[in-house]
Amino acid sequence: MLTILFDGVAYGMLLFVLACGLAITLGLMNFVNLAHGAFAMVGGYVTVLAMSKLGLPFLACLPLAFLVSALLGMVLEPTLYRRLYRKSHFDQVLFSIGLAFMAVAAVDFAMGSTQQNIRLPEWLRGRSEIGGVGMGYYRLLIIGVCAALAISLQLILSKTRFGSRLRAAVDDMRVASGMGINVNRVFLFTFAFGSGIAGLGGALGAELFGLDPTFPLKFMIYFLIVVSVGGTTTISGPLLASLLLGIADVAGKYYFPKMGGFVIYTVMIVILLWRPQGLFARAPSK
Amino acid sequence: MNEELPASVIPRVSHRAEWIVLALAVGSAFLLPRYYPVLNEMAIIALFAISLDLILGYAGIVSLGHAAFFGLGVYVAALFAKHVHGDPFIGLIVAAIATAALGLATAVLILRGTDLTRLMVTLGVALILLELANKLDWLTGGADGLQGVVMRPVLGLYAFDMAGRTAYWYSLSVLLSMLWLTRHLVASPFGMSLQAIRDNRLRAEAIGIPVNARLTAIYTISAAVAGVAGGLLAQTTGFASLDALDFQRSADILLVLVIGGTGYLFGGVIGAVIFTAMHHWLSALTPQYWQFWIGLMLVVIVVAGREQLTRAILFPFTWLLGALRGRTGSARDRSGTSR
Repeated sequence: MLTILFDGVAYGMLLFVLACGLAITLGLMNFVNLAHGAFAMVGGYVTVLAMSKLGLPFLACLPLAFLVSALLGMVLEPTLYRRLYRKSHFDQVLFSIGLAFMAVAAVDFAMGSTQQNIRLPEWLRGRSEIGGVGMGYYRLLIIGVCAALAISLQLILSKTRFGSRLRAAVDDMRVASGMGINVNRVFLFTFAFGSGIAGLGGALGAELFGLDPTFPLKFMIYFLIVVSVGGTTTISGPLLASLLLGIADVAGKYYFPKMGGFVIYTVMIVILLWRPQGLFARAPSK
Repeated sequence: MNEELPASVIPRVSHRAEWIVLALAVGSAFLLPRYYPVLNEMAIIALFAISLDLILGYAGIVSLGHAAFFGLGVYVAALFAKHVHGDPFIGLIVAAIATAALGLATAVLILRGTDLTRLMVTLGVALILLELANKLDWLTGGADGLQGVVMRPVLGLYAFDMAGRTAYWYSLSVLLSMLWLTRHLVASPFGMSLQAIRDNRLRAEAIGIPVNARLTAIYTISAAVAGVAGGLLAQTTGFASLDALDFQRSADILLVLVIGGTGYLFGGVIGAVIFTAMHHWLSALTPQYWQFWIGLMLVVIVVAGREQLTRAILFPFTWLLGALRGRTGSARDRSGTSR
């Protein structure tokens, strides 16, 4: 029972890492990016390649996955994404679905459609009993990384100069740039950072979620649930939503294996009916 | 709600366009007898795109899960033909009623919230149906699909043949009658009120349009039309499979509509012809990576601007219509003033 809870927390934390980049682009930049999972997939494949071809240790691959995905975001933001900030949500959806499809087919072409496995180092594979709860070391690592990430994100957004610039740019782009804030640069770094986090999440999650070319589409719905249920105005909202989703999903699969995805989708629809702005939103944002 | 679709710059194609479509469709049946199955697919996809255009182009409802209705239509028509009665028209009506019921039941989900919420719940409904079809394998055949759908002759006269000739004429006549019906629907006061809601929901409410009732109505109608399209697919191919409910299907139909342009119904027909032709050509070249080209098309279309594309595709039509009327370009003069 407690083990399920623990696994659910780890699963939820991982979802948070994968989805919080989306929460940033959607909540702060108001961009519906359905291709977010593609950045996560890139991170996962970077890890697989770096471990098998370059022989890097697993932990060294995590920052590498972050960097490669962030770089990719940095290239795509000014070339493609920037043109779409002012377009309608429908255009953004079409564009990002297109991007996700291209990523899926390209990875399929380059790496084959089989599922990739990551060989975890020995010291991460064990598990121990603490107070009667079986805890895998790997899951502990995930929880640790994610908690650190959530706290630092919150601090960056609320305490640093960059965070206030970002919030200003989001509130009113024109006034912010009139005040001397380089809005384009703020958005560029935010987008790159969000993509990088997704890449990190993809690297961490390759072991738990499995990694194959359809990853962006398979998990798109999960990211969207986290963001829409958690609301996009805070960091804590998506965090709580991913924890809820993780626990519900793990418990649902354990107790009602026949029900499959029904539990999750039904819960999502009910929550969105009840509170269309998300569970933890402070105020309706438009 | 000021994030609606941009003002339509699409020329208002007159009702003569119906005759052009009809002439091309009938002509192609005689000119391309080898391609009956492809033409049939085009007609079905066109009808499906028209159903999406009803909610997207006229009412401004963004949906990522329109395949839910299409897929339900496929399964209802297939099961009805297999277990109850094999008459095609009765099957279509049953499929339309079933999908309309689902549309009515799920319409409440799209009345509230933002675009994002709508994307989510429509996607969620489609995923739930996909799971259901997958799990209820005693009924639907699960991942293996549902086979052995045998139809009776259309109207008791025309039996379905191997070459797909009857199938095409059947699908085409259903498509054209639905096109005629929906064109009258969107030109009616009801259709006008939908466009008012799309352009500005608050104002529409202020002048006394019952917004929620209208949206529910068009969502139900759109679901029924999508169900008819799905029913046609099941009846003419004699097969139902899970990919009718897949996310890919919902994304494809968005692309079809985007190619042809939203908000004037014929966009679905034009988009379906282009999309299906490209699908057959590209997947003959690279069967596995067809998805890549879909993605590339979506990205290019959106970055280049959807309106330009529609205008370019429509140019031969507007020119032809203008020439028919003896005033070249008059159709274009009236464009761009709709807001």
